[in-house]
Amino acid sequence: MDYIIAFLVGGAICAIGQLIIDTTKCSNAHLLVGMVCLGAILSGIGIYEPFQEFAGAGALVPVLGFGSSITKGMLSEIERLGWEGLFTGAFEITGLGLAASIVFSSIIALLRKPQK
Amino acid sequence: MKPKDYQKLVKDNSPPRPLLKNTLWAFFVGGLISSLGQVVLNIASKTENTKAEAASVTLAVMILIGAILTGLGIYDEIAEKGGAGAAVPITGFSNTVTSAAMEFRREGFLLGMGAKMFVIAGPVIVFGILSGFIVSLAKALILGLF
Repeated sequence: MDYIIAFLVGGAICAIGQLIIDTTKCSNAHLLVGMVCLGAILSGIGIYEPFQEFAGAGALVPVLGFGSSITKGMLSEIERLGWEGLFTGAFEITGLGLAASIVFSSIIALLRKPQK
Repeated sequence: MKPKDYQKLVKDNSPPRPLLKNTLWAFFVGGLISSLGQVVLNIASKTENTKAEAASVTLAVMILIGAILTGLGIYDEIAEKGGAGAAVPITGFSNTVTSAAMEFRREGFLLGMGAKMFVIAGPVIVFGILSGFIVSLAKALILGLF
């Protein structure tokens, strides 16, 4: 059941993104930046958590979930450390993925040349 | 002919974008990637102690999958069909990093690959952190968390 919900929610978010690209002058980069900001804001006002609780990976995997993870990390680190959390929290949840992205992308770039 | 007239002529004569087809493909591809993410999340929820850790591991695994598929040249084909369905998930974010690393490697390791790896993904990180910072600061001040 959770797979179906993740499929429907994740698919719907991507379909909305495609509609925005096709019907407005919005580029891919603008769309991604808009979504990451929206995710961060929705998480800050407490809407994204219940949504993610319901949709699971359908809410986490789209870039909205990346923005939400940034805010979530900051808020939990603020509770733990105080004001320092505003800065250390940015990579609390996302840092693993970002560092992994740098390491794996470098390895792949060393091993392979672009196809086109 | 004025540039404005020319633009109108191009607009009138270019084929309409297949809106419905694009949207359905984006839905299907995005949904599929999210279901794959659910598989990873379910496994991570068992091995990790907290929800935040499970989310963190899931994001990292999806980023790894995106990087490998990009290296194999498969992700570009998925993106061609899926459009936003491939770009919006975190695997698409990873795709932009890996393809930039591969692309700019020919300009050198330091100033090519190193400097330009985040040429597309950079704005996402910068504005994600800025908006997260503002929202968290506002929330912490209002609730008196400091």
